[in-house]
Amino acid sequence: MINTIVVKNNQCIPLPEIPVLAYHDFLEWNTTRVKDINFHCVSYFGWKRKGRIRLFCCMADDAEGTIAISSAEVPGDRGQSLPSFTARHFSFHCFERDLHEKLGINYSDHPWLKPLRYPVDRADQHSTIENYPFFSMESEELHEVGVGPVHAGIIEPGHFRFICNGEQILHLEIQLGYQHRGIEQLFISQNDLLKRNLLAESIAGDSVIGHTVAFANAWESLCGFQAGDDIQVARTVASELERIAIHTGDLSALCTDVAYQLGSSVFGRLRTPVINTFQVWCGNRLAKGLIRAGKNQYPLTGNIKNALIRLFDEFEPDFNEMYKRTKTLPSVLARMERTGILTTEQAVETGAVGMAARSAGLIRDIRWTHPCMMYASLPHQPVVKHHGDVYSRMQIRRAEVNQSIRYIRDLLDRLPETNLHNPPLSRPKADVMAISLTEGWRGEICHCAITDHNGELALYNIKDPSMHNWMALALAVRHNDISDFPICNKSFNLSYCGHDL
Amino acid sequence: MFSEIKILIHQGKQFIPDVTTSVVPGIFRGRPVISTEKVDTAALVKCCPVGAITADPIAIDMGKCLFCGECQLAFPSKIKFTKDYKVSSNVRDNLIIREGIDEPVRFDADKARKEIRKLLRDSLKLRQVSAGGDNSCEWELNAAGNVNFDMGRFGIEFVASPRHADGIVITGPVSRNMAEPLQLCYDAVPHPKVIILAGTDAISGGLFTGSPAVDRSFLEKFTVDLYIPGNPVHPLAFINGVLELIGRMTKRFKS
Repeated sequence: MINTIVVKNNQCIPLPEIPVLAYHDFLEWNTTRVKDINFHCVSYFGWKRKGRIRLFCCMADDAEGTIAISSAEVPGDRGQSLPSFTARHFSFHCFERDLHEKLGINYSDHPWLKPLRYPVDRADQHSTIENYPFFSMESEELHEVGVGPVHAGIIEPGHFRFICNGEQILHLEIQLGYQHRGIEQLFISQNDLLKRNLLAESIAGDSVIGHTVAFANAWESLCGFQAGDDIQVARTVASELERIAIHTGDLSALCTDVAYQLGSSVFGRLRTPVINTFQVWCGNRLAKGLIRAGKNQYPLTGNIKNALIRLFDEFEPDFNEMYKRTKTLPSVLARMERTGILTTEQAVETGAVGMAARSAGLIRDIRWTHPCMMYASLPHQPVVKHHGDVYSRMQIRRAEVNQSIRYIRDLLDRLPETNLHNPPLSRPKADVMAISLTEGWRGEICHCAITDHNGELALYNIKDPSMHNWMALALAVRHNDISDFPICNKSFNLSYCGHDL
Repeated sequence: MFSEIKILIHQGKQFIPDVTTSVVPGIFRGRPVISTEKVDTAALVKCCPVGAITADPIAIDMGKCLFCGECQLAFPSKIKFTKDYKVSSNVRDNLIIREGIDEPVRFDADKARKEIRKLLRDSLKLRQVSAGGDNSCEWELNAAGNVNFDMGRFGIEFVASPRHADGIVITGPVSRNMAEPLQLCYDAVPHPKVIILAGTDAISGGLFTGSPAVDRSFLEKFTVDLYIPGNPVHPLAFINGVLELIGRMTKRFKS
């Protein structure tokens, strides 16, 4: 019996080829598969049409480099309760909360069926951001601390509710949704490629390249366009440059949070020339405008190549010198070591991805398992640490910055000719689904697109790595002092708008 | 100790000496200039994904523009984005750049609230509120305070509590779920309650104009003191705009 269809990253498949299973078989297959450490769920979403809901579950096979897609159909009338995936494996919790909230699917045994992001078109309009059902504990020994949505700093909004025993955090609940702008809906209603491209740039402004590359790859796959080497190299270089920029900025912020002024200033200033190189390349410090589906809008010319080489020649010695000093300071290490530990079990349980997973000994890196663009030609080995603490995530950032510089230098040595005459993109194929995975600096980004009979976009599903990792953060801060929360939070550096969409 | 000194020597001076005249690197897209050349107006208007370009006479509304540069790529002889980052104004209409006009964006001092310049000239404390912002403007506002741009030298600073602030800086199109927290934050700010909109999303809604998940009613209730266009705003655009607002843009700066 064929349960699933197995596809490669960025492959486009006709919808009729995706097997429709009975819900029970669908649940059984996916929840059994996820218990194999090589499998994890990259996206699970629903598509409502004609009164019924078609569920699609995409399971990545990290050993084979493939994605197994299965589907099931359930009634859309909110009547009957379904047994949940989450009761069998917790990593599905966010996806099922999304399905419950958006499409009104009820679950009989979901252990944490709470609102996820309060989308404007949610099924239950009585559920509002003011009446979130917080977990509470009755005790005279405990107290609650509420923080946000507006935080002390220039940061996006979200609410954190701590239950503390003295200074110690027993439980943290993170309530999001404040940033919801209705992006997935706009992808459908704004029937214009450029607009969709700009929307992709706005999913998370700190991951412009990550999300826009995921969009461009997905869209090109829908249209059957094969991007040339020049486009692929430019996208790969941009992805790695974004990683360098944000990781460096994060190192600065981590130093700020432990009151190490020199590290904060030097890493902060080191980020400036990196993002200014984006400006030299495409006119925007956050690289908005650089990635466009079907073309190479700002070719990676000799001038940009020279600017990048000059940048790294100056950046690397300063960066290494600063890092070397930072890691020898007892006052820094005392704050970071054994703080905010995410155990391997917790990482598996929450379905953690990206840096957070790699800090806890779990190798999740799309560049390694499902390489697209030029990654297959790079000798990429994921940086993995095993302690799962703040310091591990700091070490990963340092190692990945050096690694990314090596990759960019390698790619610059073999720059292909720019093709200025790409044929215009054709219309997307009708009745197909495309899935696109890419490793942003935060972790795995997944975009899924489905077209209807006329080749119009019918569904666009976006998954930011933060979707998995917010719960990992909530678990990692348990039993830490509440005063260490900022540094734990910064070490994950998750996205609010990428989550809320 | 010695390694710290070594690092300091290697870093040298990193601050931008004059943030009002510094030239930005690369192909920055700042204030656009529209030439008087004849082009296919309908096609020009249509090429803008957010309807920032209008006809008769041809004009670009920087409050709507996402600075994506598509119009410049399609009509290079008609539209040119200059490196001028002084794009802010207190008058919404002044953000509209008309055909054939290549002049700095005007800040109308007569229309600015007098108490802002009188009270906050040497010290302006701001509370930032991200209301559906995509974290790009937030990023650049953080950068405005780093060692390179160092707006703290003018006494301009972001503070943690609205009660310590003289005003708020709003980024993002104002998502419906943030409408109430934004109002609460504004209520907590003491007078003169400066309102600054940073970024195109905040000024007009940008790409999210018309999205049912956005609620901009807060902005209809109050007078905005400063509009700073950008996607995201450049730190220099922010600093220069605020210097105008508090009356610190001296003649020397203006030259």
